[in-house]
Amino acid sequence: MDGFLAEVVAKYNYWLYVVLMMIGFYAMIGKRNLVKKLLGMNIFQTAIILLFVSSGVKRGGGIPILDKYEVLARGVDVATVVNPLPHVLMLTAIVVSVSVTGVALAILQRIYREYGTLEEDEILEKLGQ
Amino acid sequence: MKRLQENARNRGLGESLIIQTSVRILVPFIQLFGLYIIVHGHYSPGGGFQGGVVLGASFILLALAFDLRTSTRYLSERANMLLGNVGVLVYVGTGFLCAVMGGLFLDYSALEAIVPLGAIEWRSFGIFIVEVGVGLAVMNIMVSLFWDLGSGGALDEGL
Amino acid sequence: MKTLALLATVVTGAILLYGTMDFPAWGDPQSPASTHLSPVYIEKAVAETHVPNIVTAILGDYRGYDTMFETVVIYCAGLAVVSVLRRRES
Repeated sequence: MDGFLAEVVAKYNYWLYVVLMMIGFYAMIGKRNLVKKLLGMNIFQTAIILLFVSSGVKRGGGIPILDKYEVLARGVDVATVVNPLPHVLMLTAIVVSVSVTGVALAILQRIYREYGTLEEDEILEKLGQ
Repeated sequence: MKRLQENARNRGLGESLIIQTSVRILVPFIQLFGLYIIVHGHYSPGGGFQGGVVLGASFILLALAFDLRTSTRYLSERANMLLGNVGVLVYVGTGFLCAVMGGLFLDYSALEAIVPLGAIEWRSFGIFIVEVGVGLAVMNIMVSLFWDLGSGGALDEGL
Repeated sequence: MKTLALLATVVTGAILLYGTMDFPAWGDPQSPASTHLSPVYIEKAVAETHVPNIVTAILGDYRGYDTMFETVVIYCAGLAVVSVLRRRES
């Protein structure tokens, strides 16, 4: 019981983000409307970004914006600054997420113009004819 | 007060008079704040992507409060496309200029041959130049995505 | 169909939760994500570029290639939306 409690305190943020990922995953494969699938993909991407950013935290650390003159005079202690690399990589991931959502919405508009509906089974029927 | 109500009724605006007046007052300040986020990226959270999104959001706010046609009067399609292309070209052009001046691609300290400021100061200034380029490109894409997706490609009548 | 999707989701979630057993604790300063390259960046970024914001210094200078291709990606997304949606004036 004590070991399990220590485990929960050490890793509960990863478990929460896995739950969020699975919500997005279920929306991507379990729903039939195409817009709902797209929203599920967005939830999935957001959960991944949060997981990466939270993995770089240090206990008792501050943000990676330092005081220039103090650092040039005295140097910086690495254990008091949060890891900046996940922040940088996740900026790129956010921009990719926006781009993919934009292109997917444009393709959905063309599908609606062509087939008149956005439900997956009706589109498959019209394609199969 | 009576004259304001008469004006509103004559122009056929109704309850969107408040929204249109307040948007017309607010949009220059939003754009100023977006420029501040881009330029102040060295000393505070921010930088190119974030400031570009806020700048683009100011034009989207114009398109939502008024017509989509009205927002193309404030920022024409040609100017939008031009600014976006200039943004990407500024970034790649800085890299090429560094390579031509004798360093590696995107090695900002090689630009010291043009204006002697110091190798370390040129790195800080080079980061600022590419952030401005990124901000212009992102602003263009935000506005262009909204125009195309909101009107189905025809740019006549939006949301 | 929906029960099959729910089953697949639960199985995937269980496998992922089993995978988090090997993760380091949250907030550990000796985790492998914080020990190989990021101390080098934290110590050297302000001295070599005179920019107090370490995230902007990494994004603009040390990883400048990634940001350039990032800008190209978002530009291509705008191009793709224009080419999919605009109709010819006929």
